[in-house]
Amino acid sequence: MKRLVVGAHYGLMDWLAQRVTGVLMAIYTVIIFAAMLGGATASREAWQAFMANGFIRFITFLFIISLCYHAWVGVRDIWMDYVNPAAMRVILHVLTLLALVGYAGWAVQIIWRL
Amino acid sequence: MTNAARTVHFKIYRYDPDQDAKPYMQDISVEIESTDRKLLDAMVKLKAQDDSISFRRSCREGVCGSDAMNINGKNGLACLTAMDSFPEGKPIVLRPLPGLPVIRDLIVDMTQFFKQYNSIKPYLINNDPPPERERLQSPEDREELDGLYECILCACCSTACPSFWWNPDKFVGPAGLLAAYRFIADTRDQATSDRLDDLEDPYRLFRCHTIMNCVDVCPKGLNPTKAIGKIKEMMVRRAV
Repeated sequence: MKRLVVGAHYGLMDWLAQRVTGVLMAIYTVIIFAAMLGGATASREAWQAFMANGFIRFITFLFIISLCYHAWVGVRDIWMDYVNPAAMRVILHVLTLLALVGYAGWAVQIIWRL
Repeated sequence: MTNAARTVHFKIYRYDPDQDAKPYMQDISVEIESTDRKLLDAMVKLKAQDDSISFRRSCREGVCGSDAMNINGKNGLACLTAMDSFPEGKPIVLRPLPGLPVIRDLIVDMTQFFKQYNSIKPYLINNDPPPERERLQSPEDREELDGLYECILCACCSTACPSFWWNPDKFVGPAGLLAAYRFIADTRDQATSDRLDDLEDPYRLFRCHTIMNCVDVCPKGLNPTKAIGKIKEMMVRRAV
């Protein structure tokens, strides 16, 4: 039996989170561009010192988490729009999540190494 | 003013499932007079010339919403589209509304569209005993319904929406959501929270990605995207 079912009753928090993370990423981008104009990337040492700063590490971590959450909602929306079989969607959702968690871990490792 | 006749060229989507294996585009011309101001006037002439061409029309003044179709690639009402708005010398391309099953020529099956409209319970829900005269609203509360109640359900917006094309069975669509907000915004309605519960769903409401095709095509100049934004805003206010 294949009855159409809707009414999962979620979506608001994801929609809101996508907006909030978008704003966070925009602010971070402005900060990084300002730093680049200010000569933070003039040499490898300058760049390293800039990225080792506690505040920059903090907001870089926030940026990575925002990027992953933002991408999760966006990519999931694409799967939901274009992929019809539910089993296929589950597989794609899981793969997307795994990839994003992997990327986040990798990125954190890079920042912590500085 | 002269009634000078001129020839207008059309390229019309034709499909008669009883006769045609598949749809095709037909080139056809018709003589119109300067009094034939709207596209629908020209189409009525066309129908007189070849009565096998099928399309819906009724009020011929943008109230009934029957003659919605895809005109030169953009959804609109034939009765509200002026003949002088078309570039000279180029054929006018008419297709049925995209995304809905074609019954014949420019006539589409609107079942899915109305199913979504019905799903939002497009009627006032108020369990109080009806007052002797009428349920009153303040002028300010009434104002909130402007830009919402005028919808004629022509389906121009929903059939211009990619989210509705991909998920017409699950996404309510701009027309349905505009109507939903019309009742959510109505101070006389008592089912606001139930309505919001029903719409808080990744498919029913959140398939809208705010691309605003609906606003671009609405022949009544309404703004479903704004209504959808207000529904989301109400959900946020309710949740935080």
